Amino acid sequence: MSTAASAGFSLMANLPALQVVVPMVAAPICTFLRFRNGPWAFALLVSAATFWISANLLMQVLGGDVISYEMGGWAPPFGIEYRVDTINAFVLLIVSGISLIALPYALRSVEREVPRDKHHLFYAGWLLCLCGMLGITITGDAFNIFVFLEISSLSTYMLLASGRDPRALTAAFQYLVLGTLGATFILIGVGLLYIMTGTLNIADLAERLGPVSDTTSVRAAAAFLTVGIALKFALFPAHFWLPNGYAYSPSAVGVFLSATATKVSIYVLLRFQFTVFGEIPAFADLDFATLLLPFAVVAFLVGSTVAIFQTDLKRLLAWSSIAQIGYMVAGIGLGGVDGLTAGIVHLFNHAITKAALFMAAGAFFLRVGSMHIDRLAGIGKTMPFTTLAFVLSGLSLIGVPTTVGFISKWYLILAALQHGTAGYAIAAMVLASSLLAVMYVWRIVEVAYFRDPAANQEITEAPLSMLLPLWALTIGCFYFGLETGYSVDIARAAAQSLLGVTP
Amino acid sequence: MIEHLVPRILAKLLIPFILLFGLYVQFHGDFGPGGGFQAGVIFAAGIILYALIYGLDRARRVVTPGLVSFLVAFGLLIYAGVGVATLLLGAEFLNYSALDSHDPVHGQHLGILIIEFGVGVTVAAVMITIFYQFAGRLQVTRELESDEADDEDEEEMTGSPQ
Repeated sequence: MSTAASAGFSLMANLPALQVVVPMVAAPICTFLRFRNGPWAFALLVSAATFWISANLLMQVLGGDVISYEMGGWAPPFGIEYRVDTINAFVLLIVSGISLIALPYALRSVEREVPRDKHHLFYAGWLLCLCGMLGITITGDAFNIFVFLEISSLSTYMLLASGRDPRALTAAFQYLVLGTLGATFILIGVGLLYIMTGTLNIADLAERLGPVSDTTSVRAAAAFLTVGIALKFALFPAHFWLPNGYAYSPSAVGVFLSATATKVSIYVLLRFQFTVFGEIPAFADLDFATLLLPFAVVAFLVGSTVAIFQTDLKRLLAWSSIAQIGYMVAGIGLGGVDGLTAGIVHLFNHAITKAALFMAAGAFFLRVGSMHIDRLAGIGKTMPFTTLAFVLSGLSLIGVPTTVGFISKWYLILAALQHGTAGYAIAAMVLASSLLAVMYVWRIVEVAYFRDPAANQEITEAPLSMLLPLWALTIGCFYFGLETGYSVDIARAAAQSLLGVTP
Repeated sequence: MIEHLVPRILAKLLIPFILLFGLYVQFHGDFGPGGGFQAGVIFAAGIILYALIYGLDRARRVVTPGLVSFLVAFGLLIYAGVGVATLLLGAEFLNYSALDSHDPVHGQHLGILIIEFGVGVTVAAVMITIFYQFAGRLQVTRELESDEADDEDEEEMTGSPQ
C-alpha cells in the first residue's frame, strides 16, 4: 500500500520481505569477507536473524491469520504477493532452523572439505540457497516460485560440487541436468496455467481455474507441475541424482540439503495440489496426489532395500532419504486430514532425524577420513558420543516409540487404515519398510560396537562444535517424540487449512 | 594475441563505441528498448573483444579478475540496496515511490534507473567472468598439450616406442 509510505520503517510489518531479503543481501556481502572464519561467522549471524524472523511469522499466523505482503507496493493479483499461512510458516521455520543449527557444525567440516580460498563463495552459496528455499516457501506467486527455485537450485549445484571429491562434480552435473528438466516442467506448467487464467497469483489462480478446469491445457499443466516437482524432491523413479549428490558433497551440505531441499519441494507439491487444484470438481476423478501413492510405496520399499546394501555410509543415508520421501508423499497421497498431517509432520520429523544422522556421518568422516562402512569398525569405542547420537537418531529413523519417527509412522498408519483393504496393505508395507530400516541401522551398530578398531588408527572424539548441534538434534528427536504439541498440532492446523476444513 | 594489423586497428576503433553504446542502452533503457541486461552484455562484449584481439593476459591487466568478482556481488548489492532503502523509508521492499517524498513518479524513475544499473554491473561482470574462465581453461589445456607434444618429441628422438 503506497499510503504506508509516510509511516516510517516498521520491522514487524516488513518481516515477510525481510525473511528473503536478509539472506539475499547477505550473500554478496559474504563474498567480500575473505578473512579466516569471517564468512562463516557472518552466515551464522544472518541465519540466526532469519530464524528469528520465521519464528515471529509462525507466532503471528498460528491463530489462523494469513499475512499478505505486497512486494513493491503492487496489490495482488497484479503484483507479487508474499503470503504466510500456517503451513508455509512451519516450513520456513524448518528451513531457517536447520540452517541455523547446521552452520555451527559446518565450521570444522567445511574447513576440512572445502579449499580455504573458496570459503567465502561457499557460505555465499549457502546463504543464496537459504534465500531461494525461503523464497519458494513464502511467495504467493506461481512464477516467483520458479524464480526462487532457480536461485536455490543453482546454488545447490555449486554447494554439491564445492568439496574436494572429484566425484561430486559428476553428481552435481547429473543433478543439474535433472534439476533443469524439473524446473522446465514446472515453468511449462505455470505457463499453461497463465495462458488459461491470465493470472500468476496462487490464490487468484485457484479462483479462476474453476470455469476452465475441464480442459486439456489445465490437465497438462497439472501433469507438468506434478512431474517437475517430483523430480525436484527425488520421488522414485526420479531419484537418481540424490544418492551421489548427498554422498560426495561436503558433509555440512548433506546435513543442510537433506533436511531442507526436498521438504521445500514437497511443500510446493502441497501448495499446487491443494490450494490451486484442490477445489476443482473436474479433478476429483484425477487426483494427482493419489496417482503418486504407488510411486511413494515403491519409493519407501526400494529405498529401504537398496540402503541395506550400501557400503558408503552417506549413500546409505541418502537412500534412506528416498524411502523417507516416500513416507511423506504416501501421507499426502492417502489424503484426508490424518494423511496430510502425517505427511506434513514428517517434513519436520525427518528434517531433524536425517540432519542428526548426516551430522554424525560427517563427524565420522572428519576423524576417519572415509565413509566406507568397514572403516568405521569399532568407532563406538573411539568416538562414543557421536556413535551414541547416531544410534539414537537411527532409532528415530526406524520409528521406535518415544521418537519422532514413531509419531510420523503412527499418523501414516492411522491414515492408511481408513482406506479399507488397500489401506491395510499400505500399512503392512510401511511396517515392512521399517523392518528394513532396522536392518540398515543395525549394520552400522554392528560395525561400530562389535568389531575391534583397526590397531594403527588414532581416532579421537569429534570436536565440540560438531557434537553440540548433533546432540541438540538427537535430543530433539526424542523431545518432539514425547511432546507432540508443537509439531503435530501445527501440522494438523496446516492440513486443515490446506483442505479448507474448519477445526 | 592476433598479429594482423586490420583487426587490431578496427578493434581499437570499435571498442570505445561498443562501450559507449552499452552505456546508452543502460541509461536510455527506460525511454527506449534496452535495460540493464542487454547493456551489461554489450559492455562485456567490448571487453571480450579486447581480450580476443589483444590476448587474455592484457585484458586481465585492464579488468582484473578481482575487480570482476567484486562487481558481480556489487551489482546485486545495488539492486537489493534500493529495496532496503525503500524499506527504511517506510514503504514495502522495492516500492520506488518512497524514494522521492514529493513526487512518487520521480521516485519510481530513480528506482528503476538504479536497479537497472545494478543489473547491468552484475551481468557485465558475470559475462566477463564466464569468458575468463573458459579462455583460462583453453590456456591450461594448450600448455598441457604442448607439454605432451614435447614429451612425444623426446620419445621420438630417443627412439623408444610406447
